Amino acid sequence: MASVDIRRVTKQFGSHPVIHGVDIAIADHEFVVLVGPSGCGKSTLLRMIAGLEQISGGEIVIGGRVVNDVQPKERDIAMVFQNYALYPHMTVHDNMAFSMKLRGAPQAEITERVNKAADILALTPLLQRYPRQLSGGQRQRVAMGRAIVRDPQVFLFDEPLSNLDAKLRVAMRTEIKALHQRLRTTSIYVTHDQVEAMSMADRIVLMRDGVVEQIGSPLELYDHPANVFAAGFIGSPAMNFLPGMLRRAGNELHVETARGIRLPLPSNAGGTDGQKVIYGVRPEHLSLGGEGIPATVAVVEPTGADTFVYSEVGGVPVCATFSERHAFEPGKQIVLKPQLETVHLFDEASGVAIRNA
Amino acid sequence: MQKPNAIAADAITAGAQPPARSWLSKALEGRNTLGGLFMLPAAAVLLIFLTYPLALGVWLGFTDTTIGRPGQFIGLENYEALWDDTVFWLAVFNTLLYTSVASVFKFALGLWLALLLNERLPFKAFIRAIVLLPWVVPTVLSAIAFWWIYDAQFSIISWALIQIGLIDAPINFLGDATNARASVIAANVWRGIPFVAITLLAGLQTIPQSLYEAATLDGASSWQRFRYITLPMLTPIIAVVMTFSVLFTFTDFQLIYVLTRGGPVNATHLMATLSFQRAIPGGQLGEGAAIAVAMIPFLLSAILFSYFGLQRRRWQQGGRDA
Repeated sequence: MASVDIRRVTKQFGSHPVIHGVDIAIADHEFVVLVGPSGCGKSTLLRMIAGLEQISGGEIVIGGRVVNDVQPKERDIAMVFQNYALYPHMTVHDNMAFSMKLRGAPQAEITERVNKAADILALTPLLQRYPRQLSGGQRQRVAMGRAIVRDPQVFLFDEPLSNLDAKLRVAMRTEIKALHQRLRTTSIYVTHDQVEAMSMADRIVLMRDGVVEQIGSPLELYDHPANVFAAGFIGSPAMNFLPGMLRRAGNELHVETARGIRLPLPSNAGGTDGQKVIYGVRPEHLSLGGEGIPATVAVVEPTGADTFVYSEVGGVPVCATFSERHAFEPGKQIVLKPQLETVHLFDEASGVAIRNA
Repeated sequence: MQKPNAIAADAITAGAQPPARSWLSKALEGRNTLGGLFMLPAAAVLLIFLTYPLALGVWLGFTDTTIGRPGQFIGLENYEALWDDTVFWLAVFNTLLYTSVASVFKFALGLWLALLLNERLPFKAFIRAIVLLPWVVPTVLSAIAFWWIYDAQFSIISWALIQIGLIDAPINFLGDATNARASVIAANVWRGIPFVAITLLAGLQTIPQSLYEAATLDGASSWQRFRYITLPMLTPIIAVVMTFSVLFTFTDFQLIYVLTRGGPVNATHLMATLSFQRAIPGGQLGEGAAIAVAMIPFLLSAILFSYFGLQRRRWQQGGRDA
């Protein structure tokens, strides 16, 4: 097991830069999730760590060794691919044993390690099957088994769950997390799904357009997003954004939208009078109240546990979720009361979060 | 604006009075009758152009037909004569030699070329088009080109070797038995490589890149990736390609006929060329047909070999698609 340091790493395809100087320090035993919208460079970064892509600039260090010019097979890493990349002409056993066979490991050791991995992943009854004879979830487990058998320094996961159906995805998510808690191998996991990132990661690296937007624990990203992008990407349904102007007059403090609606702020909010800001509040931090933001209900979506209410505040769509059951009707006026301590303010021009004073 | 109304009106009338159905329209709607009807033209074409000539050829082999005289049924007499015919057995030997040596070379060189073309190359499409050329050119045309290349006096190969100083006199490519066999095999290999190479290339491109990446991370060298990934995944296609290649080579006629006409002293006579020579210039249609029919067991065994080679391997079977 090892730490992984990514230092000022850049990547260009031809003259087209896709990663612009990324710095990430991953500690030993850590489970780090690289998350971001498609095309943000997260998969490319993972493939550079694996050695499947050349590093254009900067350096990648695995366990204290700079690996820029080290062959993939010498890096002692194992990777789980999105399409699993199982060898279709080999049985489950042979798929898992392949790397050890190439290394010329003794047969007894191969059998022992494969059986142990199969045991961990409940693959023992499937060892003599071919990949085609397996379900999606089973294939996924074989792909992980192949990685476990290697006992590598680092596990790399490239969107391993995106080919599974929603229910299985949730189950495998838990399985991978449990596996990491058991093996403690440093893991780097790429996904575009923020729920996966939130639920699995020790730390999340949020990327956009080849740049790291924010690094932190899941709750840090949720509670203190560094900018509008991070605030909008983490959390589901996404945070509501209402553009407006900060008004500060003595102790009285609020944001005024273009249509003159007053959005309440906590007394310790930062920012200067007259500053153009974006007022951010998560759907789950809105409640029904006597005083607050007047809104018109547009669509109501009950999901059982929660009810999503899509409404309009001065022409801007706002979503609120309620776990208690209210009777909502489209077209009706309601008043949404934000939890003041969870309100976020962002500078409109830069998108950067304005910290509380 | 009239049309929609008209259609609607039609639909209403049709719905109100279903037309009485005759036995003919009922029969035509039946799956079997209609299917059989549609197959008739194809079946007729196959019967006229495939089954009839084949049956005629087999029949002729049992007769003593010559050109201009309808023959009598003579049983296995033609085959008995061939059994004691040294030229026939030489042709069998030549055909087997020609087929096996040429096929091995076509496979090895074709696979090598396919692997090269599968790499990242500049002008890839252009090079792939060029590779197809030998296969696209009519055989007779390329055979004539080879005829010049192998010419006893004007051979460009001899000329080049003399210029370099490796030899003193032109090589007798087609006049010497061993040289002639090697020469026709070389020409056949040249012509046959594109088919093998392009088909195997298509097969190579169906192998997902991620398998090679997974194997690389598993520690496979490039030889091991070829040995454990490429080759096993290509086997089904290799079986198809080589079956066809063997069938084409075994029945080859044009190349030999233009280059050597079976000479020198029958050294390059194949069963196909011998059959033609006995039947048409020689006039012995019955005997020629018998030689042609004698090729059938060989071809059949090649097809059976591929039938078993082509059977879906266990890893290709089962459940859903990957």
